Amino acid sequence: MLTSARIEAFKRYWKSFKFAFYCATHPIDGFWDLTHEKRGTYAAANTILFLTILARIMKLQFTSFVVDPVYWEDINIFLYIASIVFPLAIWVVGNWALTTLFDGKGRLGQVYIATCYCMLPYPLIQFPLIILSNMVTKDEMQFHTTLSAVSLIWVLVWIVFAMGQIHEYSFGKNILFTIASLFAMLVIVFILLLFFSMISQGVAYFISFGKEALFRMS
Amino acid sequence: MKKIQAKKLVKRLSALVASAVILAGSSLAFPLTAQAESKYTYCYDYWGDVQDSPDAYEVVGVYTAADMGLEKPISNTASGLTVVGNYFYICDTGNNRIVQFERIDREHIAFVKEYTGFKGNVEVTTFNKPNDFQINEEGYIFIADTDNNRVVKLDPDWNYMMEFTKPTDNSLDAELVFQPTKLVADSAGRVYCIATGINKGVIKYEADGSFSGFVGATPVVYKLWDYIWKRFLSTAAQREKMVSFVPTEYSNLYLDHDGFIYACSSGLAEEDLKSGAAKAVRRLNLMGSDILIQNGEFPVYGDIYMGNGGGYTGCSKIVDVTAFDNDVYVLCDKERGRLFTYDSQGRLLFAFGGKGNIDGYFMKDQPIALDHMGYDLIALDSVSRTITMFTPTEYGKLIYQAIDQFDAGQYEDSGKSWQAVMDLNGNYDLAYIGVGRALLRQERYKEALNYFELKYDDDNYSKAFKQYRKEWVEEHILVIFIVVFAILIIPMIIGRIGKIKYEIDTADIFKF
Repeated sequence: MLTSARIEAFKRYWKSFKFAFYCATHPIDGFWDLTHEKRGTYAAANTILFLTILARIMKLQFTSFVVDPVYWEDINIFLYIASIVFPLAIWVVGNWALTTLFDGKGRLGQVYIATCYCMLPYPLIQFPLIILSNMVTKDEMQFHTTLSAVSLIWVLVWIVFAMGQIHEYSFGKNILFTIASLFAMLVIVFILLLFFSMISQGVAYFISFGKEALFRMS
Repeated sequence: MKKIQAKKLVKRLSALVASAVILAGSSLAFPLTAQAESKYTYCYDYWGDVQDSPDAYEVVGVYTAADMGLEKPISNTASGLTVVGNYFYICDTGNNRIVQFERIDREHIAFVKEYTGFKGNVEVTTFNKPNDFQINEEGYIFIADTDNNRVVKLDPDWNYMMEFTKPTDNSLDAELVFQPTKLVADSAGRVYCIATGINKGVIKYEADGSFSGFVGATPVVYKLWDYIWKRFLSTAAQREKMVSFVPTEYSNLYLDHDGFIYACSSGLAEEDLKSGAAKAVRRLNLMGSDILIQNGEFPVYGDIYMGNGGGYTGCSKIVDVTAFDNDVYVLCDKERGRLFTYDSQGRLLFAFGGKGNIDGYFMKDQPIALDHMGYDLIALDSVSRTITMFTPTEYGKLIYQAIDQFDAGQYEDSGKSWQAVMDLNGNYDLAYIGVGRALLRQERYKEALNYFELKYDDDNYSKAFKQYRKEWVEEHILVIFIVVFAILIIPMIIGRIGKIKYEIDTADIFKF
């Protein structure tokens, strides 16, 4: 049922999604308004994240092998999804955990929304590139490679800008905390590694304990 | 070289992502993809994975001294094997003789004659540890008489003509004893030889016996860090004990039908081969520059996996090379006892062999001498003191036929031959590419594209695609024109209509 409330909600979502295009061209204004004027929504952020993952997966199948040969034997689609979601998650948590201690104004959700909004250039460039890749020969590949690199650099630089705006940091402080956030990510990875290896050791202990008990009883 | 690194990167990235999952749940057990025990013959695919292949060569026979009709078996240091027509000569180093055999038919060989010396007006007319024997196109005989420190030239009746001795060159150590080991002689009588302890390249003599220089010296390979350490940081005492940076010596030579010299080296370091700093095989022109074409997915150095295991260490040690008249050449690896066959573009056609006591395998750690008779291969194994004769199977013959037909311009036939190869071995990249290339030459671009895409041949794919794209654009020029026109013009018309509408709506005359 298309009630007027639903239509309203969709219009708000659509407006917030279109705002991502504004952010892609106006990083300073855009990301300031994103949180301070509340023009970003989780729905739009999730859509962009979904598009990004979709672009990455579709690249595998549909990019010409001349540009990007794929070793199918080793491809795991879930790992491909994780290769975007996992770094995103630890970046968001790491960045928020650090900046919240140092006068960062952004909240966890806002860091997430802003980071997702920053990723828009990736699907925006990669989807046309998939089509383009099927029209180029090896000699013309440089064009493709350059554009592909642009899409990545665009995203990375925009994330730095966005963090500066939502946390209300000066330029220098922003750079400092970007680097610090990267270290925070490393710490998180280290702790996760530790955690999982401990857990598996613990589980292994109880499994062998149980086996031993069964051997004794039988 | 770049291509391999990129490919490795693709594979490594997948491995990296895989390790991320292990991180996420280390209790997840990954089934190790155990590489199946490789068969006798194999090839590498685009990704460098080993693909088993039907045998391209089969053993006709393994001949011991008794089979060959020899009273005294060949010594275990025999090192030279040369084919001339239907005859072949073994340079029996340990017994100071050269033995001639004849191949009577497909399976039988017969002892012809044994030479322990030659006639002539010269002090020593016998051999002392001869290591190589060659007959040039004019029929003159050249022998690397190693421990007599000379290369002798004989006329076809084994009469002494002249000898080539230690080069008179200031850069050579005066103390050095000249011990020529391998040689080739061209039709003009020029001699190219390599000698123990001389690493400046191949020694070249003019036909009159004068030394005319070194050709094709291998560039010295060293690591930057080693250089810095040696040059600036180490003490004199340390430096004395260090290995000096010297070029590697060649291990063998082969003169092909075009007059170019194939030269192989066996004592190379793995990392130098992988980085491309050192080359296992060179094809030298008269100037001594390397003209070997390396268009394959992997450089020409034998096995691309150099791991230790099963008693083998490191890279393939190429000790002999022989080239057919269609520029296909075979390398012989003494480390794993394998023969590697490459085409003129440096692409591995197939590799076969191994270490062991079975027919078609070789014994360990001794150089194997190799030569060819037509497409048949003859290999001398000095440990088992036997000769192994290989002949192409139907599969091997089809591959050679396809290559020859393509070189002769019979593209359609070549495509059919490659198709036949593909029927025998569906995992063979070159068969697909061969069919594709034949189609490309017949201007059937769309079909060719399909074959190239299946086996990741981006060079040929690009060639075919360029033509296909051109044809497509020419055929669809009208459609393209209309689409472009529509994209450019329609928004303009819409804008204009909107503008007129706006003007009408806001025009004063309609305001009452």
